[in-house]
Amino acid sequence: MSGARASASEIDAHAAAWIQRRDISDWGEQEQVAFDAWLTESLAHRAAYLRLEAVWQRTERLAALHALTEREGVAPARGGLFRFLTRLTAGFAIVAALSISAYTLLQQPHAKTYQTTVGGHETLTFQDGSQIELNTDTVVRAAMDAKERTVWLDKGEAYFQIVHDSVHPLVVFAAGHRVTDIGTKFVIRRDSDNVEVTLIEGRAKFDTPRDAASKDTMLKPGDVLSATANSVSLKRASVRVLADQLGWQRGILVFHHTTLGDAAAEFNRYNDRKLVVADSVSARLTVVGTFRTNDLEGFVDVSQAVFGLHVAKRGNETVISR
Amino acid sequence: MAEKFETHSGTAQPQGGSLSDVDAWFVRDVLPLEPSLMQFLRHNWRNTSDIADLRQEVYVRVLDAAQRQIPDSAVQFVFRTARNLLTDRMRREHVVPIEAAADMDALEIAVDEPSQDRVLMARDELRQLQTALDLLPPRCREAFVLRRVEGLTGRQIAARMGIGVATVSEHLANGLCILADALSIEALALRRKKN
Repeated sequence: MSGARASASEIDAHAAAWIQRRDISDWGEQEQVAFDAWLTESLAHRAAYLRLEAVWQRTERLAALHALTEREGVAPARGGLFRFLTRLTAGFAIVAALSISAYTLLQQPHAKTYQTTVGGHETLTFQDGSQIELNTDTVVRAAMDAKERTVWLDKGEAYFQIVHDSVHPLVVFAAGHRVTDIGTKFVIRRDSDNVEVTLIEGRAKFDTPRDAASKDTMLKPGDVLSATANSVSLKRASVRVLADQLGWQRGILVFHHTTLGDAAAEFNRYNDRKLVVADSVSARLTVVGTFRTNDLEGFVDVSQAVFGLHVAKRGNETVISR
Repeated sequence: MAEKFETHSGTAQPQGGSLSDVDAWFVRDVLPLEPSLMQFLRHNWRNTSDIADLRQEVYVRVLDAAQRQIPDSAVQFVFRTARNLLTDRMRREHVVPIEAAADMDALEIAVDEPSQDRVLMARDELRQLQTALDLLPPRCREAFVLRRVEGLTGRQIAARMGIGVATVSEHLANGLCILADALSIEALALRRKKN
């Protein structure tokens, strides 16, 4: 595989022709044999085929447009809607579970529980198009139907991308605090009684209903609100900090002069193996870098190499020290 | 930055080998990087008519290497391969584009971004497909809509459009190639809009 090769566009044209012939015309053993032969002829053929076949499969999702037009004609066609949802999400990792839960949501208006394991990551898509993306070790309950849109964040962190409906605003409860969406993307993180709300886009209202003296706080993009059982504080975050904070959506942790102690705590949210920084001097060292949430070893290797720290494995813990 | 990355899914990687493993890895971990890869190539190579061939060559090299061992990090591997390819080409063609050399340093940024494609939301995906669909020539688009949106068979489309099944197949194949190229640009545009 070297030297003169057909141009990419020629090979693409061949690959696409095979895919289409297989899709719509008579396809027998003879065609299959010829196709296999073409495929094994060169890696360029293989690459072109894999690429175009992937795109062809992606276009299956266009069928959702059909379901949409169908839905407009007839009154509340549950079948169409359901098909719309499942097709829309087809191909995503969590689809199987999702379509079942979406279906159940249509059937029963009660709250359903969704949870991720340590290191897990899932996106829920609801009938109204709203999406909730769950980070590691997270539990939410959601009651989403025509009358009510309520979500409880029992534990962990979730990114809410809400399709706004002024008649039925989406409400999220976390540790007794309440966030009401006004056309929004936001993240809520909960560590027992501590709740942090980060507003990415749009507006949202924050309050604490059980506290009679609680005042509404209107949140703007970039606002980071921290609430404990009896205090509320607000600070602003830069676009960069916001993007870094959302690194988990891409499976990464971004550290900017983060102390080793804080970085370890972050890793520990995502991994069963826990990182322990044994002494306070090491814990105050700062790190800069981007790591996969599950790449504890890579992080430890770097710390070891850069700071010359000792690393010891004890049972389920990796201990680093001077 | 850690040298050893693992994949987004967090599952263990098969250590190289079988064709189907390599194919599955390529589709899952490499293809989603295409928008960023194309952007990188366009930035660093002046002659735009070479870009599709460069992309193809990157894919060939990546597949070739993966048959021996599936790399730990697709992102790093793909961009390292792209960088090496461009360096080879520059040497061979005795071109020393100064801007290109400077841009190479920006590689880290390109490497950091692309995994976002994976969490592409379903609605964004549909919007992208729709936008890309509108780029097709009219007859080609018509065939595509009848097949993918309406779900008609090749024969039904042929009858509807008053052409032969073979021509329908040509329209669809042509449309598929255009869509594939358009989608990698669309994904970038969407990402930019969000940031």
